[in-house]
Amino acid sequence: MTETSIRPPDGSGDRLIAIIGDEDTVTGFLLTGIGDRSTPEPTFFVVRRDTTDDAIAEAFERFTSRREDLGMILITQNAANRIRGNIEAYEGRVPAVIEIPSKDQVYDPRQDTLMQRVQRLLGIRDR
Amino acid sequence: MSQRHVLPVVPSRMTLTQIKARLQGARRGHALLKKKSDALTVRFRALLREIVDRKFRAADLLRNASFRFAAVKYVVGEELKHVVLEGVDHAETRLRVRFENVAGVPLPSYRCVTVATDASTAFESRENGAAEALNPSRSRVVGATSIVQYRGLGRGGQQIISCRDAYQEALSALVELASLQTCFMVLDEAIKITNRRVNALENVLIPRLENTIAYIVSELDEQEREEFFRLKLVQNRKKRELARSQATELRARERRAAQALNAFDLNSFHEALGAETAAAESLLEQTTGHDPDLLNI
Repeated sequence: MTETSIRPPDGSGDRLIAIIGDEDTVTGFLLTGIGDRSTPEPTFFVVRRDTTDDAIAEAFERFTSRREDLGMILITQNAANRIRGNIEAYEGRVPAVIEIPSKDQVYDPRQDTLMQRVQRLLGIRDR
Repeated sequence: MSQRHVLPVVPSRMTLTQIKARLQGARRGHALLKKKSDALTVRFRALLREIVDRKFRAADLLRNASFRFAAVKYVVGEELKHVVLEGVDHAETRLRVRFENVAGVPLPSYRCVTVATDASTAFESRENGAAEALNPSRSRVVGATSIVQYRGLGRGGQQIISCRDAYQEALSALVELASLQTCFMVLDEAIKITNRRVNALENVLIPRLENTIAYIVSELDEQEREEFFRLKLVQNRKKRELARSQATELRARERRAAQALNAFDLNSFHEALGAETAAAESLLEQTTGHDPDLLNI
């Protein structure tokens, strides 16, 4: 029984939103004011053409396990596909990891880890 | 069940009542947990459908936002990215977490909150959805402050604002999705735990208690039979002894009656007396010689 209790958010009571993705998507979301540079590490990670899978995985691990102030992580499907193993291994609830469509790709629910789970459960439970 | 699982108890009436009380408790707990599991499952299935819907809606919104972004890029040019990426300071849009209770399981729900970071001090927080609808002028102000920093771009302000609004819409959809997704995970786990408990009660604890009750009852019956047998045994023995003593008495009485009828036979009396004294003397002789207990003065 892995009872990972969700700590009530501390201090201000608010959490930040992180984003991993291609430059355009990240920029678009940063326009809404989700970016934060008050800590040494910013809450966004831009995946460029020359970014390695390891670097993405490293950023993902940093967001999921080493930071306490994040509420959700947006990750584009392109980036998510490159570190699929890490995403599947991530068991926590907070921050919630959400896959979003990439700018230059049609969203495919069959590649989304969460959607796979949901569809499977729907299939089994609705039979 | 291949083996008879029985709790290690002393079979007695007291333990029987205790175990019966426990069984009752276990049955009630089982019924309650079953209800909880059902309640959670109902909620869970509704949640699953909603997640699928929201996910596709968010994808649509995001595609729309991407188009707007392309438009901005066309107007403003490549430097937009750098200005935006470098212009990031404090997060103005944050998440606020609330907990909702469903059948004893705390479900988190997120809400998008805009924190107006006025350069000096005041942290002014404002709910994104409702408050914005009530007070649009204020939201403009906040929006304006965040756009101010892109002033250096010089043109395309209108496009940037519409692009930002599109992304904001997508973001609030995603935040809702995040709530649902977290609920999904929490509920999934809660359902698993509850089902495990239900199954443990149903398949292990309750049968074990029932077996224990059966064992105690059979053991008590056995004791009762033994007790009955022993009673009968003693009764029989007493009856037999009574019969025997009655029979000997009867015989003695008969003998006495027979003797009373006969004439007194002195010879036979002397004979009997002589034999008895001889036996007594020989006994005395036997012992006097070697008896260490007698004093030889």
